[in-house]
Amino acid sequence: MLRFLLRRFVVALLVAATVLTLAFMLTRLSGDLAISIAGANATQADVELIRKAYGLDRPVIVQFFDWVGRAMIGDFGESYFFKARTAALIGERMPVTITLGLTGLLIALFVSIPMGIAAAVNEGAWVDRVVQFIALLGQAMPGFWLGLILMITFGLQLGWLPISGTGSWQHYVMPGIVLAFTAIPALTRLTRAGMIQAMSSDYIRTARAKGLSRASILLKHALRNAAIPVVAIAAVQLGFMLGGSIVIESVFALHGVGFLAWESIGKNDFPVVQAVVLVLAVIYVALTMLADILNAVLDPRLRTA
Amino acid sequence: MTGETLLEVEGLRVEFGASVAAVRGASLSVARGQTHCLVGESGCGKSVSALAIMNLLARGGRRGADKLSFAGIDLRGMSDREMARLRGDRMAMIFQEPMTSLNPAYTVGSQMAEVLRRHRGTSRRDALDRAAELLGRVGITAPGMRLGQFPHQLSGGLRQRVMIAMALMCDPELLIADEPTTALDVTVQAQILRLLAGLQRDLGLAILLITHDLGVVARVAHRVSVMYAGEVVESAATADLFARPTHPYTRGLLECVPVPGKVKRDQPLGSIPGVVPKVSPGFTGCGFRDRCAHANEICAGDIPRHRTDGDHEYLCRLPRDWAHAA
Ligand SMILES: Nc1ncnc2c1ncn2[C@@H]1O[C@H](COP(=O)(O)OP(=O)(O)OP(=O)(O)O)[C@@H](O)[C@H]1O
Ligand SMILES: [Mg+2]
Repeated sequence: MLRFLLRRFVVALLVAATVLTLAFMLTRLSGDLAISIAGANATQADVELIRKAYGLDRPVIVQFFDWVGRAMIGDFGESYFFKARTAALIGERMPVTITLGLTGLLIALFVSIPMGIAAAVNEGAWVDRVVQFIALLGQAMPGFWLGLILMITFGLQLGWLPISGTGSWQHYVMPGIVLAFTAIPALTRLTRAGMIQAMSSDYIRTARAKGLSRASILLKHALRNAAIPVVAIAAVQLGFMLGGSIVIESVFALHGVGFLAWESIGKNDFPVVQAVVLVLAVIYVALTMLADILNAVLDPRLRTA
Repeated sequence: MTGETLLEVEGLRVEFGASVAAVRGASLSVARGQTHCLVGESGCGKSVSALAIMNLLARGGRRGADKLSFAGIDLRGMSDREMARLRGDRMAMIFQEPMTSLNPAYTVGSQMAEVLRRHRGTSRRDALDRAAELLGRVGITAPGMRLGQFPHQLSGGLRQRVMIAMALMCDPELLIADEPTTALDVTVQAQILRLLAGLQRDLGLAILLITHDLGVVARVAHRVSVMYAGEVVESAATADLFARPTHPYTRGLLECVPVPGKVKRDQPLGSIPGVVPKVSPGFTGCGFRDRCAHANEICAGDIPRHRTDGDHEYLCRLPRDWAHAA
């Protein structure tokens, strides 16, 4: 168990290192940074000045290690546009993104698990077909489109929910629903498949032979086993959602990290873009590791092995 | 009260879909406090019959019966909810697959305790005490430690002992044991069977034991039913069956084992040429006729059920003394 986690940790570190390299290369490959920073009207002298000031005249490898060294201690430099520390910018916006991600995940779990169970219990019947159709629909529907539909219906026409901003919990409802839809298809299918497998297993036959109630058979014995992969994948899905928040936050003008990234891309604010990519990637890697840990915690066969 | 009928099954039928008739009018009865063995080749419908009695058939299995009574209660019209109150309480079952029959996510103690908690509303602590006592009863050392373990930490033999102990939690009147030793290695098989025989004696438990092993039958059974292609083709008191096997299939099974008590251990069934036919609904006549040396055109029609003195029953066109005359 410990060795397994250690191995996973090493893999996570390697992934993080790769992401670090990619994030660095991303900005260097998109042209001469000094020219982009200086802007279209700058003279050659201005560009040279900027090159020196930002240390862009040093060999790339030196720049890389310098950047990595700073990134390690959370120093992502200064934003060109906001004239503020990049780390502070991200720190300020992170709570919004995390709140949004967790809202999305909670909604997704509250929808997927009951739907998956209902589909599994009625395998092949109309309930099952409806659930499978919803899952398919969720997969086919683009998030921004669903976002716009919700905004028009509940925001503009019915006036139930605010359509943009971060003032209250109501602001998170619609973006949360939209974000949840990215995870609902996968989580529903996984719950359904897990429950079908569990319900036809020998230990469920034993549970029935013991005369247990239907609720206990379904929720205690079958779901407990079916939930193991669902919970693990939910952690990974949260990572996807945080990444996907770039689109949703711009649609709903939620001032989170995703919105920050969107603004910065438009303004060629490379330190910020770089840092957001890196932070989201590291969170994603951490969540993937969390998924493995959850798996091990929930499955006694892994825990005590 | 030994001798009084506890479980009575007549004309039990189980079909899966439109093409599989797994059980076709099987009849058997189990007396209180006795061991009834059900034998027959693989695929003849033993497990399906047992599951049908407990109303535990897999999805798609349809059950019918002319009579299905347990302790005077008619099980046929029972709702699943009512049936669940009997299962685990007054009638219990253990399975052919000890490795997979326990839930991997819960400890032995929690799985055992919940039976008593469900049927008797016992407190968790008392239920665990009872579980520990029964683990000791089925020969498990250090029961307290085992209660906290998960199934994957136990060997197959231990898991089957846990299953047996779990089945005994509510002191059932009937235990259905479906080939409880088939998946275990030989030394463990003997221990488990000795254990069952001991429990049967000490607790006055009635056992319906499904087995392949004629040696086991000879040692533990009060009564034997021989199953073939979904029917019980012969049923008799153990000594009587070994002494006067009448159905050609039974005779085929016993060919090499004529003396009860001196039966060769682990004698496999089905040393008769041919295989059990897959039977569909609508099949008539004797299921064994394709493999039977005595078959003629009569065997394709309705087969009479003979009942002789001492409750020796068989399902064949041949007269009772055909074997002696031959
Ligand atoms: N769920 C099911 N769906 C369709 N057919 C089934 C199902 N379960 C059992 N059968 C069929 O019913 C017949 C009897 O099976 P059963 O498991 O009762 O045999 P058995 O006598 O217990 O054999 P074994 O000694 O191998 O355990 C077999 O032909 C089997 O294919
Ligand atoms: Mg079987």
